[in-house]
Amino acid sequence: MMEPGLYHILFISTALFFIGMYGFFTRRNLITMLMSIELILNSVNLNFIAFNKYLWVEKMDGLFFTLFVIAIAAAEAAIGIAIIINLYRSHQSIDVESAEELKY
Amino acid sequence: MPNTINILLILILPFIGFLLLGLLGKKYFNKTAGLIGTALLFVATILALHTAYEYFFVYGKVADVYQSFIPLQFHWLQFTATLSIDMGLTIDAISVMMLLVVTFISLMVHVYSLEYMKGDARFPVYYSFLGLFTFSMLGLVLAANIFQIYIFWELVGVSSFLLIGYYYEKSSAVAASKKAFIVTRFADFGFLIGILILSYYADSLNFSTLIERLTAPQSNELKIATAATFLGISALTWGAILVFVGGAGKSAMFPLHIWLPDAMEGPTPVSALIHAATMVVAGVYLVARLFPVFAIGTPAVLEGVGWVGAVSAVFAAVIACTQTDIKRVLAYSTMSQIGFMMFALGVSKYGGEDGLGYTASLFHLFTHAMFKALLFLGAGSVIHFVHSNEMQNMGGLRKLMPVTHITFLIACLAIAGVPPLAGFFSKEEILLAAYQQNKIIYGVALATSGLTAFYMFRLYFSIFWNKAPEAYGAHHSEGGGAMKTPLILLSVGALFTGFIPFGKYVSTDGKMLESHFHFSFTILPVMIGVAGILIAMLLYKKQNNRPDKLAKSISGIYQSAYHKFYIDEVYLFVTKKILFNLVGKPFAWFDRTVIDGIVNQTASITQSIAEEIKKIQSGKVQLYAIYFLMGVIALAIFFIYVW
Repeated sequence: MMEPGLYHILFISTALFFIGMYGFFTRRNLITMLMSIELILNSVNLNFIAFNKYLWVEKMDGLFFTLFVIAIAAAEAAIGIAIIINLYRSHQSIDVESAEELKY
Repeated sequence: MPNTINILLILILPFIGFLLLGLLGKKYFNKTAGLIGTALLFVATILALHTAYEYFFVYGKVADVYQSFIPLQFHWLQFTATLSIDMGLTIDAISVMMLLVVTFISLMVHVYSLEYMKGDARFPVYYSFLGLFTFSMLGLVLAANIFQIYIFWELVGVSSFLLIGYYYEKSSAVAASKKAFIVTRFADFGFLIGILILSYYADSLNFSTLIERLTAPQSNELKIATAATFLGISALTWGAILVFVGGAGKSAMFPLHIWLPDAMEGPTPVSALIHAATMVVAGVYLVARLFPVFAIGTPAVLEGVGWVGAVSAVFAAVIACTQTDIKRVLAYSTMSQIGFMMFALGVSKYGGEDGLGYTASLFHLFTHAMFKALLFLGAGSVIHFVHSNEMQNMGGLRKLMPVTHITFLIACLAIAGVPPLAGFFSKEEILLAAYQQNKIIYGVALATSGLTAFYMFRLYFSIFWNKAPEAYGAHHSEGGGAMKTPLILLSVGALFTGFIPFGKYVSTDGKMLESHFHFSFTILPVMIGVAGILIAMLLYKKQNNRPDKLAKSISGIYQSAYHKFYIDEVYLFVTKKILFNLVGKPFAWFDRTVIDGIVNQTASITQSIAEEIKKIQSGKVQLYAIYFLMGVIALAIFFIYVW
C-alpha cells in the first residue's frame, strides 16, 4: 500500500474547504452553516499541519497556528451558538431567511 | 493719571443694564426696568463728571498742553509681530467732552422715558436697547484705534436700527429702520475701505501712531501713501475721502441724509438721544479724531468736507421751512446744524489761531446736544399731549403746557443764535472761523442761520400760538416730574453752556485758544437771526392766510422743498428702476437657474444613484457572504494576473 504523502493531504483539505463553502452558501439552517465554517477552518488546519510535517520538519510554527485556530474556533462556536439561541427566542426559527429585517 | 477703573465703569455700566434688562427684564423687571437703567446711567454720569473734572483740572494739562492718555491698551487679535488689532481707551479733550455729552443726554432721556414710555408692553426691552446704545456710543468715543471705533460704529448703527424699528407693528417704522440701516451700512462700506487704506499705509491701526506717521513731513509712510495713486488721486486722499464717506453717512450729510427724517418713526426720546445729540454727530467726531490727517495730510479733502457741510446745512434748512411734521422739521434742523459742524471743521487748519474752526465745531456739537435734545424732548411732550405729529393739529398750547412752552422757547432762541444763549456763542465762533477762511461758506452759513431762526420760530409759533387754545381732552395734563425735570435741566444747559470758555479746553493741538469776540462781528448774524424770528412771527403768530399766499407765490420752490427736493425719488428711481431691473434681475435669474440648478442637479443625481445601490443592502446574510467571496476572487485575480 502506498504511503499517503503531502498531495493526498492537500487534496483532502481542498475537498473539505469546498464542501464547507458549499454548505455555507446553500444551507439555510444556521447550525449547519456554523458546521460548514468549522469544516473550512479545519481544512486550513490540515494544510498547516501537512506543510509543517513535510516541508519544515525542524519548525513548530504550523502546530502553533493550528492550536490558535482551534482555540479561536471554539470561541467562535460559543458566540455563534449564543447568537443562534437568541435568534430562536425572537423568531422561533433558526432559518437565516427568517432574519432579514436589517436592510435598507 | 486717568483712573482706569472709573472709565471702564462708565463704559460697562450701560452694558450691564443692557444684559440685565435684555435677558431677565421680561421676567423680573417689567415695572422696575426704567429705574434700573436710569440708576446705572446715573452712576455712569457721575463718574463721567468726575473723569472730566480730573482731566480738565487735575492731570490733563502738562506744560500748558492738554495731553492724550491711553490708560488701557491690550492686544486683542495678534496677526503678525507688527500687525495687531488692539483694544484700548483714549482719554483726551474731545473724548472726555463727548463722555459728558453722551452720559448726560442719555441720562436725561432715560429719566424722560420713565414717564413717556410708561405702560408700553416692551418697556424693559426699550431700556435694554437704550443701554446698548449708550454703551456702544461710549465705546465709540473712547476707542483708541480706528478698528475699534469701527466696531462700535456698527454697534451704534445696530442699536439705532433696533430703536427706530421699536414700534415694529407699524410698517412705516420697519421700513424706516431698514432704510437707516442700509444707507448707513452702505456708507460704512466706504469707511471700512478707508480704514484699510489708511492703516495699510500707516502700518498701524492706533490713532496716535497712525496720525503721527501720516502727518510728519519726513515720514516714510506719508511719502509712500502720497506717491501711490489710483485714478490720479493719491492713496492717502482716497483713504481720507472714504473715511469721510462713512462719517457723512452716520451724520446724515447730503446726499446720504435720506435716512434721518424717516428715522423719526422711533420713539421721540430715542430721536432726542440718537438722532439729534449723539449718534449723528459721530461723523463730526470721527473727522475731529483724525483731524491732523485731514488738515495736514489731505487739505483738499478737508475743503471738500467743508463744502459738503455747507451744502447740507443750507439744503436741510430750506426743507425744514416747509415740513409740517414737527419731528421732521427737527430732523432737518439737526442735519443742518451738523452741516454747520462739518463745515466748521472744513474751514479749520491745524494748530494755533487757524484751528478756530475745530474748536468751534466741537463747541457747537456740545451746545447743540443740549438744545436739540431739549427740542426733541419738548416735541415729545407736545406729541404726548396732542397725540399727533402734525403741526396743524397743534396751536395755542402755551397756557396748557407752560413748562414745555418756556423750555422750548429757550431752545428755539438758543438754536436761532440769540445772545446770550448757548447757540449764540458756538455759532458765532463757527461764523468767525468761516469768515476768516472762506467767504463763500461764510455767506452760505449766514443765510442758513437766518433760515434756522425762521423755521424754528415757525415751529414754535405753530405749536404754542397760532390758534386759540381748544379743549385737547382735559383728562391729562402736561406730564409729570419725570418729563419736566429733563426739560428744565437741559434748558439750563441751553442757557448757560455758551459761557464755557471752550477754546481753553479743546483745540487742535491741545494748547489754549483765546476766543476773540468782536462785538461788531456779531451784529450781522444776530440781526439776520432776529429778522428770521420776526418774519416767522408775522406769518405764524396768528392764524392767517399769509403763509399759504406766500407758498403759492413761490410754489415752484415751495413744492420742491416740500418734497425734499425729490432726493428720495431719485434714490428710488436709481435703486428700483435701474439697479433692480438691470443688475438685480439678471443676477436673480442666474442664481435661480444656474447656481440653484447645479445644486439641485447634484442632489437629484445623488438621490437616484442611492435609490439603485441601496438594494445591495438586502438583509440576507448569505448574499453578503457571496459579495465577500466575489471580492476575494476579484482581489486574487488582480494580484495574480494584473499586479
